[in-house]
Amino acid sequence: MANLATWGNELYTGKRSYPFVGKRKMWFAIAGLLVILSILVPVVKGGFNLGIDFRGGSEFTVSNVENTDIALGQKAVVSIAAEHHPSVTNIAPKTIRVQTDKLSTDQTLQIAGALAEAYGVTDAEVTSTFVGPTWGADVSKQALIGLIVFVVLVALLMALYFRTWKMSLAAIIGLLTVVVITAGIYSLSGFEVTPSAIIGFLTILSYSLYDTVVVFDKIRENTADFAEQRKRNFEELVNLGINQTLVRSINTSVVAVLPVASILFIGSYLLGAGTLEDLSLALFVGIIVGTLATVFVQAPLYAWLRHNDADVVAHNKKIELARQAA
Amino acid sequence: MSTTGPIKQARKSLLWLGVIFLVSALVLIGGVIGKQTTFAPKLALDLEGGTQMILAPRVAGGAAATQEQLDQAVEIIRQRVDGSGVSEAEITTQSGRNVVVSMPGVPDARTRQLIQASANMEFRPVIIDGAYTATPKDQLTPEAEIPKPTEAPKNASDTNWITPELYKEFEAFDCPSEEGKGADTVHDPAKPMVSCDPSMGAKYILGPVEVPGANIADASATMGRSQQGAVTGQWVVNLVFNDEGKKQFATVTQRLVGMPGVQNQFAIVLDGTVISAPRTNSVIGDGRAEISGNFTEESAKALADQLKFGALPISFEIQSEQQISATLGADQLKSGLIAGLIGLILVGIYSIFQYRLLGIVTIVSLLASGVLTYLALVLLGWSMNYRLSLAGVAGLIVAIGLIADSFIVYFERIRDELRDGRPLASAVEMGWKRAKRTILAAKAVNILAAVVLYVVAVGNVRGFAFTLGLTAIIDIIIVYLFTHPIMQLLAKTKFFGEGHRFSGLDPSLLGVKPLYQGAGKVRSFSPEADVARGKKNASAAKEAERRQTIAERRQSAAQGVDTKHDDSVDKDSSNG
Repeated sequence: MANLATWGNELYTGKRSYPFVGKRKMWFAIAGLLVILSILVPVVKGGFNLGIDFRGGSEFTVSNVENTDIALGQKAVVSIAAEHHPSVTNIAPKTIRVQTDKLSTDQTLQIAGALAEAYGVTDAEVTSTFVGPTWGADVSKQALIGLIVFVVLVALLMALYFRTWKMSLAAIIGLLTVVVITAGIYSLSGFEVTPSAIIGFLTILSYSLYDTVVVFDKIRENTADFAEQRKRNFEELVNLGINQTLVRSINTSVVAVLPVASILFIGSYLLGAGTLEDLSLALFVGIIVGTLATVFVQAPLYAWLRHNDADVVAHNKKIELARQAA
Repeated sequence: MSTTGPIKQARKSLLWLGVIFLVSALVLIGGVIGKQTTFAPKLALDLEGGTQMILAPRVAGGAAATQEQLDQAVEIIRQRVDGSGVSEAEITTQSGRNVVVSMPGVPDARTRQLIQASANMEFRPVIIDGAYTATPKDQLTPEAEIPKPTEAPKNASDTNWITPELYKEFEAFDCPSEEGKGADTVHDPAKPMVSCDPSMGAKYILGPVEVPGANIADASATMGRSQQGAVTGQWVVNLVFNDEGKKQFATVTQRLVGMPGVQNQFAIVLDGTVISAPRTNSVIGDGRAEISGNFTEESAKALADQLKFGALPISFEIQSEQQISATLGADQLKSGLIAGLIGLILVGIYSIFQYRLLGIVTIVSLLASGVLTYLALVLLGWSMNYRLSLAGVAGLIVAIGLIADSFIVYFERIRDELRDGRPLASAVEMGWKRAKRTILAAKAVNILAAVVLYVVAVGNVRGFAFTLGLTAIIDIIIVYLFTHPIMQLLAKTKFFGEGHRFSGLDPSLLGVKPLYQGAGKVRSFSPEADVARGKKNASAAKEAERRQTIAERRQSAAQGVDTKHDDSVDKDSSNG
């Protein structure tokens, strides 16, 4: 791919440059709009489509089914628990999934037996899951604690590593944007929110910051002694850093997205790995949004956070004067 | 070539990696030959099939269970499950909050009930004892000789508690076949009961409960002391009652101390089984009892723990219960692996597309990481009983991208250095110097995330966090001990060193005048020539010139220096 390498070269030298920092108002406006939309989507849709782990209830998966008639499953459930309205779906070839409201653990086991009989498979082909009503709250609470602990620790780590809290702040604000937008897109997809999806969201935190650290490292390098040169002002140096790492950002996100996409599209649709599709959707969206956010939100935000600093202002003036002295 | 340093270094690193591989592989092969482990990683229930229950402790009174209480609860559940004949059940605590019970197959209703019930401890006086096994039919006491109550029982030790029905039950009770059963049977605390003592090989008829277990304040195992205070060298169990228990225990011991035979003993009953039935040697009025006997340190501590926590009224609520069919588990594992494989192949294709032959370095590095990850998973399964779950497989698949990124960061840095006009060997060294900082910082974020997730998370999130953290560490090992040394060695080869068109490091593609200019002419690199050469390719320099203001042009003309500043930014920072 000669073109990309040449393009990368031009980005590196500054011959070609995209105004990530210069047009930050526009990028921030777009990001802000997306955040608002992402908050509105679940509101309009009446909340997230919570999976059984969060609602409580029972779920059955019957494998190796020859006759995937959903009526069979409904009949089997009603024969044990008459008042329930099970949702029976054919989630993958030869696989039936049945979900019900809260049953007792005993009823859950009885229905598992009835389903095996109805679909003519052995008991060993039926997977049953019973989830108590408080389990989901427990999972969410722990995930939230995890989120807060992680954000605090990583903010400290980054502030220490980069020796400026402003990079930390920019990274964390960008991170929140990523999480909100990913959640919005996830909600729009109508996928169920499952514990696996929560794992996905927590991983996005890690991935998104990982990506930001790599780009910020280049920016830090470029701006380390910015006051000692007269060629570019601070903003331009930040922008140069983003452009110089652009090829890497693209390559990394493609490489990270490929395996995830293969789970999402090949795994879920062809092979019926139902458990993984929620995780991979969250990751798929999160990796893309996370990479874009680094370039369009986090790095420009850092430049903006620094733009009123005394040293930056002084340096900007010098550059201004030098340029006007024409 | 002038420097043999990097080559030596590279060989040393590769040697170390080889040692790591060899040692792990030998340990594994040894383990397999010794039938300690297998070549396949241990699988969690969601891949292997079986039942997994996540239980939340419910302490009477709503207090939170401490880690110690949970550990004891796990011990109690384990005894119950083992007793019920389920083999290979695994019971662990998770995040200090939940108890996870995993077992192959489907537990019957009684086992499930047993797991949830709270432990029940009580102190009952012994009335009569008997053989551990059932009395043979021909030796049964004739109907006429069976003792009958003559009057209402006066105290808990009174033989008048024994009705003919109870006596018949007692004679027919066969302890070996009853073992583990009946733990969930509720025994009326106000009535006598039949119970077995596996440690003494005896069965008893016990009187009604005199001290409930909840009245135990503390228990500990210590070395016993004689009345003169000298250490006897015998392990004893010290028991401390609360105020109510103190009064109750004083009354019991007062009565029992003068009783003959087995009626001198009181039984400590946990879940219907006698765990100890010590004799009463003196009246204990201060609520501090000492149980002595032929204890070892271990058995004394075990009894003390049982006393301390067995009395806790912890019951368990099923938070989630999954019964996974082995078919579904195998299907999921298969799809996970296929998806991962396809992902890996796509990453390989993209890498070659992007980085030409360097892409092969990426692929080989990924494969090396894969082998190391496999070894780690199997060895961890063996030593720490780590089990790979579906979430763990997902973690591995995601890790492909994260690992490959380290190589991308590194390669891009090398290219950056090449763009500055360095020859490959020194570009590799400089690029590495900068890339490793970035890689370490970025991996630190990953590992931090994995640790936080692992510590805080519940359920299957932990399996995911584990593989994510593990692969981050393996990635660092591989990039240090494999990818970088390989690059050092490749830099010395003609193919890469001269920037072959397919090497992925072709300077002309990177906008640098090629080092190899054809017809055997090789342009040489010297750091001194830096300024004169302008470090840039011609077009970039022209572009920069075009962007200069007139003032700048004049200035640079005056100083005889061309557009240098964006370069010196990079140069300066390499010192810092």
